Amino acid sequence: MRRVLVLFAHPALEKSRVNRRLIEHARGDGVTFHDLYELYPDFDVDVGREQRLLTEHDVIVMHHPLYWYSVPALFKQWIDLVLEHGWAYGSGGEALRGKWLVNAITAGGGEAAYRPGGLNRHTLRQMLAPIEQTAWLCWMKFLPPYAVHGTHGLESEHVEQHAERYRRFLESLKDEGIDLEPLRAADYFAVPGGALDAR
Amino acid sequence: MHGEGFFYQAFVYLAAAVVAVPLAKRLGLGSVLGYLLAGVAIGPFGLELVGREGQDVMHFAEFGVVMMLFVVGLELEPALLWRLRTPILGLGGLQVVVTALVIAGLSLLLGLKWQEGLAVGMILALSSTAIALQTLNEKGLLKTVAGQSSFAVLLFQDIAVIPMLALFPLLATHAAAGAGHEAAASTTWVSHLPAWAQTLAVLGTVAGIVMIGHFLVRHLFRAVAKTRLRELFTAAALLLVIGIALLMTRVGLSPALGTFVAGVVLAGSEYRHELESDIDPFKGLLLGLFFIAVGASIDFRIVAAAPGQVFGLVAAIILVKIAVVLGLARAFKLSLDQSLIFAFALSQVGEFAFVLLSFSTQHGVLAGESAGALAAAVALTMALTPLLMLASERLLLPRVGTKEAPERDPDAIEEKNPVIIAGFGRFGQIVGRLLRANGIGVTVLEYDSDQVDIMRRFGHQVYFGDALRHDLLETAGAGHAKLLVLAIDEPEKRLEVVHTVKKHFPQLKILARASSRTDAYALMDAGVEHVYRETFGTSLRVGIDALRALGFRAHRAQRAAQAFQRHDEMALREMAEIRRAKDKDWFLAVRERASELERVLRNDLSEHREVRDDAWDNETLREDVRRGTFVVPDDQ
Repeated sequence: MRRVLVLFAHPALEKSRVNRRLIEHARGDGVTFHDLYELYPDFDVDVGREQRLLTEHDVIVMHHPLYWYSVPALFKQWIDLVLEHGWAYGSGGEALRGKWLVNAITAGGGEAAYRPGGLNRHTLRQMLAPIEQTAWLCWMKFLPPYAVHGTHGLESEHVEQHAERYRRFLESLKDEGIDLEPLRAADYFAVPGGALDAR
Repeated sequence: MHGEGFFYQAFVYLAAAVVAVPLAKRLGLGSVLGYLLAGVAIGPFGLELVGREGQDVMHFAEFGVVMMLFVVGLELEPALLWRLRTPILGLGGLQVVVTALVIAGLSLLLGLKWQEGLAVGMILALSSTAIALQTLNEKGLLKTVAGQSSFAVLLFQDIAVIPMLALFPLLATHAAAGAGHEAAASTTWVSHLPAWAQTLAVLGTVAGIVMIGHFLVRHLFRAVAKTRLRELFTAAALLLVIGIALLMTRVGLSPALGTFVAGVVLAGSEYRHELESDIDPFKGLLLGLFFIAVGASIDFRIVAAAPGQVFGLVAAIILVKIAVVLGLARAFKLSLDQSLIFAFALSQVGEFAFVLLSFSTQHGVLAGESAGALAAAVALTMALTPLLMLASERLLLPRVGTKEAPERDPDAIEEKNPVIIAGFGRFGQIVGRLLRANGIGVTVLEYDSDQVDIMRRFGHQVYFGDALRHDLLETAGAGHAKLLVLAIDEPEKRLEVVHTVKKHFPQLKILARASSRTDAYALMDAGVEHVYRETFGTSLRVGIDALRALGFRAHRAQRAAQAFQRHDEMALREMAEIRRAKDKDWFLAVRERASELERVLRNDLSEHREVRDDAWDNETLREDVRRGTFVVPDDQ
């Protein structure tokens, strides 16, 4: 079983009905849920503790809403402080070698907006180029993003479907029987059996 | 009473108190009942350790009542006394007159002459200041509406004694039993004067006490305080109280009334707390002695001879007294629970009845045998009061719904809020305002009634009440609240509240203010997880601003303070552990810590592992690139 670490960053979780529902599945056997805004409201990230946590896991999930095509501010602070030179990258810095990195993203805009011809003019994966490059420099294997699109217009039954799909997403990360290698090239993380109803 | 005899007596009384009172307290009976039972136990009908001299002891110990009223006066600003004028004159006056008349009427039905009936009525209308106030005080009810009303009535009764003493000789129908033994009224300086001159003398004396208290006593105490001899101050305080008591007796006034006036006059003085703490132990001991003496003086021979008659008397007296006060209280618009407390508190006959009874036999108002039966009944009503109040508290009040509603706030605490804040001074206010601004309901308990007034004026919903009492915490909703913010000023009091909460409401999470490191340790030892040193946050902010003023970038200063705070709080927890474990020499540990902290301070923050901040430091990266050792990952 791969050990999964969900690094969760949402500055206003109380206002996010989708994320509140999703993270209910992010606990339990083999999954460590780590709520960054709850732990470090003053941005005073405990570097030692975070590094220890990273070494104890095989798959790192960066779970966050997409803010201005990027991560929320605390997540950037976390990246700046935790991924130290000499530990995560550079000479002597191979602590993360071979670990998987994947973004789990909720975005207000629909999937169609994240295309070369759409409003946002780039795919979601293209937007995550800085993260992908960070993973590469830190010897990690980057997986395409898992996404919940169009959160602004989601009906509650769709929220339920997404919660179920998120659960299966985490299951597939845990399950060593599922080879993640073939999934790496796609635009989105393909959740096994995770196709959604037309919406 | 000198030599061995005195010490023997002192030993017996003290031993009885030390054994009986803690027992009574443990059984939830209160100290007054403990003392009374102790008295019964050592009295002539118990172990016979003390004999008939119980009466003398009682007269001596009555001085405790005098001291008690002095202390009560000290806590009463003249303004508050003025506010009480309606209850004192209205409630007090009506209580005495109505009770006296009802009892006189009943006596007529029993075949007494009207003069006798009136005398008995007046004697029985009085209540015991000692028992009522002490019991109310012990239950923390003195500042409730019921407590204030009881106090007002008792005060009026003290004044009413004077005309009663003057009236008694006119009611004589029997041959006088022999004059002059007790005769409180006959040996005064003023008794030979005409009535108008007596009145003038009395008023003059009271005015004199006010003047003396105002102008002379302050200078006296200042001079005494300058000697820096604590016992001399105590002596001066005792001198003041005894002097006033003597003076009042000489002009035929109640000494308790005189010392009460003196207390009120000195309430505003800077020596108030000093006086209070000096007199308090004497007051407590004498009151205890008084209660023991009352217990010892219950004449069980009379009770045994005619149990039906005595207990019938006791029941009738208590019923009449309760009925009258209850009726008056309701007429004065007191809530039902307050009325009940008020009525039960005053259900006994007062200690002054003993004086009046012997006075009236001397003046031939009452026959000796009826006076004896009455005296036994009076003592029994006193002994029954704590029991009755206990019974009403346990059985009656819960049915009435609201329990003792706080002072000047007839509503019980109806809010069921998730947070209780104990103490609403500068600390609690900020917590409370922040919570309320975010829509969180807060129930505030504050035991300083002035503070309550001020806060109410600013529109805060603040309840008067002492968080030390678990019943009050219960009414405040401690049973279902999630949090208790402990923001009380006094460290000892906070600790007591913690113990109460841990015992009665273990599910309640406590966030406690701490005054000092020692205080923080004590709170942690008591099982409080969340402890906040009150000046810590502000000091850190000053530190940040100081660093900035010296040229640090704001963010660096902020990070330094964050690191320092983390380090310091960790150290605090470690030290608390060490203290608790006691496996290491505490002083050694303190020294180690201190030298470590010094090292941190000397070597600059960046040298210390726990306080170091490497964030955004790219020195090693530059070095890596310069040396050409930077490793580029192969394609994964």
